[in-house]
Amino acid sequence: MWGWRRRGAGPSGRGAEELRARRREREAALRKARRQEQLVSKRLLREDTTAEEGGQDGAEIVPDPLSEDEVLELLRAVQRGSEDRKRSLGRLRWALQNKETQQKFVRSAQVWHCMAVIKDMSRVALCPSRCVGELVCGRGWEGRRSQHPLGSTRLDGSIRTLIGIFTSSLADMQMEAARCLHELSHSSDPAVAEACLPVTSYLLTYLSGHSVEFMSPHEAVLEGLGYVLSQLLQAKEAPTEIIPLVLDSVLPQHMLRLVCSGLKAGIGAAVEFAWCLHYIICSHTANAALLSLGALPALTSLLLDLASEIPQDAPEGLELLVCPVLRCLSNLLAEETGCEVQIQDERLLIALFLILQCFLQQHPFIVQECLWLLNNLTADEPFFCSALLSLDLLPALLQLLPCSQMASVLVLTVLCNIAEKGPAYCQQLHRQPALPLLLPTLALPDPEVVGQCLELLHLLFLHWPEAAADFVTQGGHRALEQHQSTPVLQERARALLDMVGQPLGASALSPCHATLSAFS
Amino acid sequence: PPFAFAPRRLRFGPHHPLLEDGDVHRHLYLQGVLTSLAEVAERPKVSEFSCHISGCCQVFDTVEDYEHHYNTLHRNVCSFCKRSFPSGHLLDIHILEWHDSLFQIMAEKQNMYKCLVEACAEKFKSSKDRKDHLVTVHLYPADFRFDRPKKVKSGPKHVSSPMKQGASMPMDVSMETLEQFQVDPIEIGPSENMEIPQPAASPGSSVPEKQLYKSRIPSTICFGQGATRGFKGPRKK
Repeated sequence: MWGWRRRGAGPSGRGAEELRARRREREAALRKARRQEQLVSKRLLREDTTAEEGGQDGAEIVPDPLSEDEVLELLRAVQRGSEDRKRSLGRLRWALQNKETQQKFVRSAQVWHCMAVIKDMSRVALCPSRCVGELVCGRGWEGRRSQHPLGSTRLDGSIRTLIGIFTSSLADMQMEAARCLHELSHSSDPAVAEACLPVTSYLLTYLSGHSVEFMSPHEAVLEGLGYVLSQLLQAKEAPTEIIPLVLDSVLPQHMLRLVCSGLKAGIGAAVEFAWCLHYIICSHTANAALLSLGALPALTSLLLDLASEIPQDAPEGLELLVCPVLRCLSNLLAEETGCEVQIQDERLLIALFLILQCFLQQHPFIVQECLWLLNNLTADEPFFCSALLSLDLLPALLQLLPCSQMASVLVLTVLCNIAEKGPAYCQQLHRQPALPLLLPTLALPDPEVVGQCLELLHLLFLHWPEAAADFVTQGGHRALEQHQSTPVLQERARALLDMVGQPLGASALSPCHATLSAFS
Repeated sequence: PPFAFAPRRLRFGPHHPLLEDGDVHRHLYLQGVLTSLAEVAERPKVSEFSCHISGCCQVFDTVEDYEHHYNTLHRNVCSFCKRSFPSGHLLDIHILEWHDSLFQIMAEKQNMYKCLVEACAEKFKSSKDRKDHLVTVHLYPADFRFDRPKKVKSGPKHVSSPMKQGASMPMDVSMETLEQFQVDPIEIGPSENMEIPQPAASPGSSVPEKQLYKSRIPSTICFGQGATRGFKGPRKK
């Protein structure tokens, strides 16, 4: 499948350092884009021909730009029906990796906007002014007609030539033309990608030739479809326009099926459709429909399967499937449907902690995703709170406290969920023991973390006074005092100080009073 | 009391900060930057075999390549004229419009030309009206190849009419008979005899030249690399 193929084994030395630097750059750019809510990525499929093209160390070798005459010559060679055509197409594809060459090639291609003719997305096909080609561009949905104002007419028909070859019946030619178009579609110059739009109708016509309801045997096709759909679902108007259309079609049940069968039959496609489900579900416009399709038990079952893969042969990239599945479950559970949505399977807890343990090192982002689900499981019903304690998962949970700021807040929230259930729960928390970990947490600089910790202590002291006494013995008094002048914390800190200052009975006597009198 | 905690299930929208790290990871994957490397599982291979359709010399070494080839070139074939179509829908339209003797008669009285978009129920009086509909409503490009003259058996085409505005191929006016304009929705020609449309060589010319191109044994069509699933047997139509 597409995502899993790279240019070769992990390079060493300078090549590896360059790759890491490139990744850091990309990551920073992605974070920035996300904060601006403009996170869009295109995929580029290039078969591994680095050996031929002389690429080494995984570094990208981009060819030099061609002159306009050279581009024209290539185009003419491609247009001639000669034996050399395939080779010319190959050379063209190689040359089109260069942005300037791309721009020259398309310069006078006329630009149309195409319509989605996706089978089964029936009403999308009738939706005016939508451009599935924008998927190719990865841009927004503005529809407009345009013709590139300047440019040589010598290259007229360059795209048309490629389309002509692409829709012929010589499969290897079609493939080469498709690769050229794919290269163009991936251009960072939007005008270049836009020039490819006329292909879209043909692409969709070909796609519609496969049987209805995604019975294509080709995982690559399914994966591509999932990717296209995931792009559509991220558009700004997705909640109002696209998601209703998707829900109206047979797509949701097939998406669910493809996600849940991903481990057996195509993880690449499962990943794409899992992200599609996530985009649908987190828009919070569709969840009643998905719940009625049995999404909750299906995804739960999938998560159990995923977790059971982990100890043995966890396939690389499993986190790409685990992440959206976790999110779907969390958001579905949070749906207010009137009747309480609940899962009651304690194996889910084990699965969660297995996943946490597996991905903690390599992919720490999974921690907050898992903890979110854990919160939603433990918030209302005591079922999972009891299970967590009886399965002795508390130590594993507490281990996550120092992972990150977000993890700390979430762990403390989950602990609050447990403590809120009553004295029996608090007793178990206290006996863990929890306090030795909570005390240092009070010393952390982050007020959100400390605030959540104070809430937890309040619940503990309320339901299990013994905890208050031990808290003081362990020097908690001083830990609280340092927050008396922090605006967002001071009220709660003082309230807790009052709570622990009460006479507590025999256990609180000698060591406690001595400490208190020293500081009062 | 100042303590406000109450347990509640949390729901997050797509832009919530908690989801940022996961989203970034997803996009690093899309951009091909993740260096976690797994080798693609070997596709199950069988020894070479050839397509059993007479006249097709295509050879395969995986069943899924064969199935893809079959679906693309052989599944939707018109039994009258042997043209092959990318989908059953287009084949049905073709048979109706080209090989149904009642069609032209009925077309005089009612709208018989179906929209090529499967989900659209519109019908039209003429193929031109249908084409206009495809362009204006479904935003097909104006030169989408749905106007294709009926093939003549003898030799290369001689085109007598000037090119229509925006059409990559002319309507062959000399073919016009009772059957009006024969519209052939996108077709995949038989592999023995393939035409590749030649765009105008110079801006002044309005008549494209076609060349007949003898095909070699075609290799398989595949968008990307295939999956590891095995052959599931013939699809039921």
